[in-house]
Amino acid sequence: MARSIVRFELNGHPLEAPCPDARILLDLLRDDLYLTGTKRGCDLGTCGCCTVLVDGRPTLSCLTLARLAEGRKVTTIEGIAPAGGLHPVQKAFVEHGATQCGFCTPGFVMTAVALLRERPSASRSEVVDAISGNLCRCTGYTKIIEAVLAAREAP
Amino acid sequence: MTGAAENPYRFLGRRIPYIEGPLKVTGRAEYSDDIKRPAQLIGRVLRSPWAHARLRSVDVRRARAMPGVYAVLTGDRYPTPFGVLPITHDETAIAVGKSRYIGDIVAAVAADSERTAEAALAAIVFDVEPLPEHSDARAGVVPVPEPVQARGVGGTNIQKEVQQHFGDVDAALARAARIVRVRASFAGVNHGFTEPLATVAESTPDGRLTVWSATQVPHYLHQALSEVLGIPMHRIRVIKPEVGGGFGGKSDPLPHEIACAALAIESGRPVRMVLDREEVFLTNHGRHPTWNDVRLAVDADGRLLAYDIDALIEGGAWSSFGTVTTYYNGVLTSGPYAVPNFRYRGRRVYTTRPPSGAMRAHGGTNTRYSVEVGLDILAEELGIDPFDLRDRNALPPNSTTVHGFRVTSTSFRACLAAARSASHWDERFRRLPYGEGIGLGCGFYISGSGSPIHWTPKFPQCTVHLKADVEGGIAVHCMQADIGQGSNTLLAAIVAEVVGVELARVHVQRVDSDASPVDIGSYSSRVTFMMGNAARQAAERLRDQLLQGAAELLDVPAATVRVGVERYYAAEAPERSVSYEQALHRAMEREGALQSKGSYTAPPLGGTYKGARAGTSPSYSFAAYVAKVHVDAETGEYRVAKVWAAFDCGRPLNRLAVEGQIEGSIHMGLGQFMGEAMNYRGSRLMNPSLLEYKIPSPHQMPEVECLLVGGDDPEGPFGAKEAGEGPLPAILPAVANAIYDAVGVRCYDLPVTPDKLLRGIEARGREGRPWKDR
Repeated sequence: MARSIVRFELNGHPLEAPCPDARILLDLLRDDLYLTGTKRGCDLGTCGCCTVLVDGRPTLSCLTLARLAEGRKVTTIEGIAPAGGLHPVQKAFVEHGATQCGFCTPGFVMTAVALLRERPSASRSEVVDAISGNLCRCTGYTKIIEAVLAAREAP
Repeated sequence: MTGAAENPYRFLGRRIPYIEGPLKVTGRAEYSDDIKRPAQLIGRVLRSPWAHARLRSVDVRRARAMPGVYAVLTGDRYPTPFGVLPITHDETAIAVGKSRYIGDIVAAVAADSERTAEAALAAIVFDVEPLPEHSDARAGVVPVPEPVQARGVGGTNIQKEVQQHFGDVDAALARAARIVRVRASFAGVNHGFTEPLATVAESTPDGRLTVWSATQVPHYLHQALSEVLGIPMHRIRVIKPEVGGGFGGKSDPLPHEIACAALAIESGRPVRMVLDREEVFLTNHGRHPTWNDVRLAVDADGRLLAYDIDALIEGGAWSSFGTVTTYYNGVLTSGPYAVPNFRYRGRRVYTTRPPSGAMRAHGGTNTRYSVEVGLDILAEELGIDPFDLRDRNALPPNSTTVHGFRVTSTSFRACLAAARSASHWDERFRRLPYGEGIGLGCGFYISGSGSPIHWTPKFPQCTVHLKADVEGGIAVHCMQADIGQGSNTLLAAIVAEVVGVELARVHVQRVDSDASPVDIGSYSSRVTFMMGNAARQAAERLRDQLLQGAAELLDVPAATVRVGVERYYAAEAPERSVSYEQALHRAMEREGALQSKGSYTAPPLGGTYKGARAGTSPSYSFAAYVAKVHVDAETGEYRVAKVWAAFDCGRPLNRLAVEGQIEGSIHMGLGQFMGEAMNYRGSRLMNPSLLEYKIPSPHQMPEVECLLVGGDDPEGPFGAKEAGEGPLPAILPAVANAIYDAVGVRCYDLPVTPDKLLRGIEARGREGRPWKDR
């Protein structure tokens, strides 16, 4: 397999990493870079646990070749909170009980952050549409939707 | 009724965000798959492609010789059978002698990469003799050639048969004014937790084995590892990282956990084994496929005279919790009603399919469905409102069921009243336009199994240790397993409440068998009740030591010191007080760090007949749900618009968590009703992925109004009972009965997909039986 290097901006910092052509972005993040906040739930693009942002768009990292991130901006769950603090979406997830087992949570947070950047006053149905690619087995989505709606008005 | 206004507590009874929430929302919570050990190998297993086959011989020479392969194991190395129930040890880590289902583990390897591991598995050669497939449980009740397990009853595939008869059912049927019969079938369903099964194991030169695993019951895993690997328990250390959902699917000790540990021992290197989603489905242990036949008899006033129930449940290849499931399908159906005569036959049948096991509201869901649909039919036939019919039959507080269950607190009648009023039932029932409907379903569940499984009844079912040291924190040790339900938060809140400190002082330690006293884990909806009581006792004993320290500083008798917030007050002179740390440091002068422990042992419960302990619990939860549905009669598609969920969990200790359990249970129950199914062709599972296994999306989730109306339970911690599993069963019949109200069609075959419902609507039309003028 060809050995090559991939270069992209990861969580605001330049990254250069060895990357075989067939390396999956999720594997690069979790196994090579040890950024384990992005979760592996299905390897099939069905659960959304592996959602990261590529140039600001929610992207399933389990279905994305790492080399396709070349020259782009990749943001993972490790890259959205200020040091020692929480992003307003994260804060809302905690306060509203939107995380139970927590395994799906990073994916939901990334999806919600992208949505609210694009539509700061998203409606309930826009929130439901946005998260419909993420699977949660604990909450019935109720408190996740409440949290995303609450994060709209957050400072 | 416990309203917020009369809540005497600082934390309990309120909305307490999870203490580990900030770690979970930032991706900093550590799950088993996140653990990386130096020089770690990848563990993989080979899964049988044969439904049923004798393993005549196996050649692993090529696999063992491959560079990068550190260990190759087959069933002969650790053949000791195990299982979650001590009476039915019929599982093996790696198949011994024969493979019993497509997906059964037949070999395991540890290698330096996924690629090498895959190549090694592909190089293992089996010589097998095909054996008869047994894919239909209903065909397994008579003697069969080559049964799945040698322990099948009388040459059949029956794993367990239960026959119970209390009272005189035949006499009751003879004098009944009405008898309704419901025959229903239920596909198997899977837990669908988002975190795949994962285990890391490391055997070290000091003679110890450490296992990190995604488990709900660290203690039973600990026992199974010891039994199968032949290592004393004190040389094994089991650690439970964060667990990404369980719902029963991580409650059995599972074969891959033991295989992973065995690979670590054989290779001498740490081994990480993460199952892919297909393997998770094949591991299964989900809700049993079921066929039940329920007869309910009532007198002319609608008073229940008898239940006569038959349940046939498909066990798959192993026993798992199946003996318990077989009992539960009968005994958990009587409450919330008083049923004077009860007859039950339950049979669990092995098949050559992935094993069934315990899933949320284990054994309390499928027969419950048939009973609640039957009551809806009876109510219509007798001209009695479904609420009135249930109210008339409600089990009174402080009563004993016909099978000898001790029922103490029940707010079932309050549940009925709350759901009826909030849903505007009386204005809506049978009055909504065609295609819209409203329906009632009720529930009853154990608040912890009265008898532990793998544990001598002489030991407490839960022990909690506390340690308060000079830095001012309180460390909490307990093997209770938080799998997302919020038990860590409840543990911290109880300690903070009783001791009188802020939550931030209380540090719940990760479950680690070296340090955590045993709690028998997160199953049977036992943690709030049992851990809660143990935590309360431990906290009171710690508080008493602190009060003594405060009393010395205040120069008053300890009995007159009052607990405040981070302070202790002289009751007679409230202007005089000391801080928590002052009291702590004074109390430490005698023997250093303060320690305390608390424990919980269930009282003796149940009758003396064989199986009498199954279904006993120190308390029970109750539910009354109303669902509102909209059915498109042209397509059979339907959606559940709203659910009014009245639930009696005693005093809700963390309202945020209780609501989350109810909302999540409704989602999971709707999944089973609307579309989730383990679909098989013969013995082959056809949909082992989250793409093909249809869990409801956010679009399908109804609005849920939680009505928490329970009164204080006399023995529950601060009056609490369970809320983890009991909120599930009521939603299925509530939706079924609402569909009937909408279009006049009964649903007897789950899941109720639109095509099935459409066939029912069309059949009703053909039969010339109009419904609501249609």
